[in-house]
Parts: sequence; structure tokens; C-alpha cells
Amino acid sequence: MSERSLKIKGTRREDRAAYVFLLPWFIGMAVFTIGPILASLYLSFTDYTLLSPPEWIGLENFQRMLDDTRLHKSLVVTFEYVFVSVPLQLGLALALAMLLNRGVRGLAFYRSVYYLPSLLAGSVSIAILWRQIFGSEGLINQLLDLVGLQGTSWIANPDFALGTLVALNAWTFGAPMVIFLAGLRQIPTSYYEAASVDGAGPVSQFFRITLPLLTPIIFFNVVLQMIDAFQNFTQAFVVSGGLGGPVDSTLVYTLYLYDRGFGSFEMGYASALAWVLLVIIAVLTGVNFLFAKKWVFYGD
Amino acid sequence: MATDTMLPAGPAVDAQADRPSGPGSTSRARRLGKHALLIVLGIAMLYPLLWMVSSSFKPTELIFRDPSIWPSEANFANYTEGWTALAHPFHFYLWNSAVIAFFSVVGNLLSCSLAAYAFARLKFRGRAVFFAMMLSTLMLPIHVLIVPRYVLFSELGWINTNLPLIVPKFFATDAFFIFLMVQFIRGLPRELDEAARMDGCGHFRIYWRIIMPLSLPALATSALFTFIWTWNDFFSQLIFLTDPNLYTAPVALNSFLDGQGESAWGQLFAMSIVALAPIFGFFLAGQRYLTQGLATTGLK
Repeated sequence: MSERSLKIKGTRREDRAAYVFLLPWFIGMAVFTIGPILASLYLSFTDYTLLSPPEWIGLENFQRMLDDTRLHKSLVVTFEYVFVSVPLQLGLALALAMLLNRGVRGLAFYRSVYYLPSLLAGSVSIAILWRQIFGSEGLINQLLDLVGLQGTSWIANPDFALGTLVALNAWTFGAPMVIFLAGLRQIPTSYYEAASVDGAGPVSQFFRITLPLLTPIIFFNVVLQMIDAFQNFTQAFVVSGGLGGPVDSTLVYTLYLYDRGFGSFEMGYASALAWVLLVIIAVLTGVNFLFAKKWVFYGD
Repeated sequence: MATDTMLPAGPAVDAQADRPSGPGSTSRARRLGKHALLIVLGIAMLYPLLWMVSSSFKPTELIFRDPSIWPSEANFANYTEGWTALAHPFHFYLWNSAVIAFFSVVGNLLSCSLAAYAFARLKFRGRAVFFAMMLSTLMLPIHVLIVPRYVLFSELGWINTNLPLIVPKFFATDAFFIFLMVQFIRGLPRELDEAARMDGCGHFRIYWRIIMPLSLPALATSALFTFIWTWNDFFSQLIFLTDPNLYTAPVALNSFLDGQGESAWGQLFAMSIVALAPIFGFFLAGQRYLTQGLATTGLK
């Protein structure tokens, strides 16, 4: 048999084998992902309530959004949350990764300590803890009391309630920190040695070597954490008792979506909200990628 | 770079320790200062957790007065009373969570590794397109799918069963793990499966006998993350499990908080800790896989 015919035969066989291996994924994609996306697009143009069959109402759901003041509030809350908490979280992550990278004894231990909260923070348990510590007689106020300061009820105060959720997100800087650390480790030591020989101090080494070479990782973390932050639900739900209060100050987008869809079973409107969320995330991710060309450095 | 899945665990990096600093007392002082900073921050990070553990042994009224992590009064009353405070004893809810987590892990490992083998090893028509589709679902918020999925599952009569939470996992719907495994398998030497092919092994045998055993680290990472994420998951469990007889630990905790309110903080804390304990245990046992897996996904 010539080599060529063997190859063709092999290729053909791989086609079939590949589709068999991918069969579960194909089915999952069709039934649980693409199907629902299309269904949700359709439902967003209907008044479906689960009790009555969906009826086409055109753009009514989207028009309703223009006058929906709770939705507007929820968008403001969500953007505030994302654009405050993500930079805070990533700033901490990068700072700590820098501190830990410079050959600290006990690195594995510190890394674990900082990483642990990232694994726990999404749980109802931690949200319950947060609700206590930022309550009027919570841990924070007890500690403030020790130094003679008078706290407020952070979660009941519309000026601070969202801040407690921002703090919770900042508390999870460990996960992006681990990614930063892995990225830092990829920068060849020889770069720093050469820079040292040329008389570059630690500050200029940071800005001339570390930061540029780390931009792909920073970019990755920004995209990932932003998408994540838009989807925060559990923490806002539990801390606010499911209502997004006080006075909607913690009504993050997903909470409002849940409230429409599963609180009052306005499935059509909830689908429209879901699509708007999808578009917001897609646009922001697209913007991230566009801007990436300006600041992300893909070396080699 | 797929080989980075094999990054050595933490301490190995210490080899490149003390890169820029020279000998002398200033660098020593600086090092001590750095450790002091890292330790203080670590304590600040863990303080809320430690305080919650300590408070779970305190009588509830002390929780509002005692910010120290050393309880002045301690007993197990919160645990014994909290365990039976809901309609079912707490192990009932833990069991429900464990069943869902177990099947989710099995489903993800099987279905995602099958898809990953095809993407990483086989040449087939449409591979680039399918791979791009798979990657794009990485960023898809569950909230966009939840309404139509709810409609689908209620048509199937699956609401208030575990099926909506388990069945999708058997169809590779968690693209994150496909991606992670693809990255890992690409880093494995191809000579192994080519040799096996020469010996007449079919793709399924190669997948099962060669690739799977070599991918144990990636499988462990996927298993751990799947476990932690399903164990912590609240959003979909809240939606699909409204029957108290099916409540999982997070949903039960939330209803505990709703029902007893703030009068039973001690018991709430105790049960919250019980619910967090498995995650903490898996974190201790498998943190190497968790941090490596995380690092891999960040390094293309």
C-alpha cells in the first residue's frame, strides 16, 4: 500500500472517530446551549409567563426596558460593582503576585492562604458570614468599637451596601493572583539579570520588563474577572435577603433577572433581559479585545 | 503553552530566590518587612473565617459582642441544635448536595475528556469551527440559558428533580474543562499514541488506555473544580429545586436564614461551616491541582 492511500484512509477514519468522541458535546451544544439561546431570543419577543403560551409582542419587552426604572438602577449598580471591584481585585492580585514572586520563603503557604477565599467566596455560607460581619452589630463594627469608632449598619445603608459586595469580590484576589504568579514565572530571569547589569533599578525593571511581558495575562484576567463579576448572583442575593435592597442598592443585574423570571414568572421579559446582558458582556469583551491591541504585548 | 500544566508545585520557585537584592542588613530588613506585610495581610484575609469558626462555638448573644477569635465561652450547642433546626436533619441536605456533586464530577470527566481528546488529537472536518464554538461558550453566562432551560425541563417534568443539574454535565456543557483538558493533552508526547496506533490500537483504546491515565492531573483539577463549583452553586439549585425535600446544603442554608432570621446566628454559622468543610478538605488535599489548573488556563 502506498503511503498516500494509507494517509487518506487514516484521515477518513479520524473524521468518523472524532464525531463519535464529540457526540456528547454535539448533543449538549444543540440541546442545552444553542437551542436555549435561540429559544431565549424568541421568548424575548413574547409575553410568555409559563402559565399561558407565548404570544408574539414584537419589541414591547425592549420598549418596556426604556421606562423600567428598576432596570436602570440595576444597570447602574452592576456597572458600579464591576468597574470598582474588578480593578480593586486585580490590583491586589498583581501587587501580591509581585511581592510573592521575588523569591519569598514560604511562597506555597502564602499562596494557599490568599487563594483559599476565592474558593469559598461563592458559597451561601460566606454570604451569610458577610451579612453578619457588615451588620449593625457585626464583626466590623465590633472591631471599630475597639478603637473608639462608631460604625453604621453597612448592609442596611444604601450608601455602603454595594461596598460590602465589592469588598467580598476584592477578597477573592487569590485566583487571579495565582494566574499572575504563573505568568511572572514565565519571564526569563536572564532579562532581569541583563537589566541589572545595565543598571536598571527594581522600579524600571517593573515598568520595562515585568509589566509589558505580563500584559497578556493582565488582559486575560481583566476579561475573565469582568465576565465573572457581571454574573455575581449568590452574594447579592443572600446579603440582601433576595431583594437587592436597601432601596435597590444591591440589585445587580442577575438578581433583577431572577426576580422577573422566577419571582414573577415574566419569562418573556426575563429572556429579553438575559439577551441584553449577553449583548453587554459581548460588547465589553469586544471592547477589551479592541483596546488590547493598544496595550497588550505579545512578544517573542 | 500546554507544558505548563506540569509546573512544579510552589516551593520549586524558591530556587530563583532573592533575585535582585544583594547581601547586607538592608536586604534582610526588607525581607523581614515583606514577611510582616504578607503575614498581616494573610491574617486580615483569614480573620473573618477564623472568627466565624470561633463564633460557631459561642452562644449567639456573644457573637454580637466578642470580636476575638478565642471564644470566652464555647460549646457544641450550635452544632447540635443547628443540625436539627430545619425540616430535615442537616446531613439530609449535605447528602443531596453530595449526590449532585458526585454525578456532576463523573459527567464532566467523561464527556469533557471525550471532547478534549477529539480536539487535541484528531484531525477532522470542522475542527477549527467547532473549537471556536466551544471557546465562545466559555464566556456565555448561565443566566442567558436559564429561562429556556427551565421551560425545557418543566416540559420534561424535571423540575424538582436532580436531573436538570446533572444531565447537562454528561453532555460536556462545561466548556472550561474541555479547554483545560485540551491544553493538557496537547502537551503530552504524540509518540505514545502514534506507537500505539502502529500496534493497531483504535482511538478509543488510545483515549482510554494511554491519554486518560496520563491526564490524571488534568482530570483531578477538573474533578476538584467541578466538585467545588457544584457544591457552592446556588443559582441553578435555587431555581430547579423548590421542594424542601430536595434542598441542597446552600438552598437549605438560605431558607434557614430566611426562616430564623438573625436570631439564630450561632446555628447558622455552625451549619455554614459544616457546608464549607468539604471544600476546605478538598482544598487542602488538592490545592496543587487547583492552582496549577488555574495557572494553565491563563497561559494560553
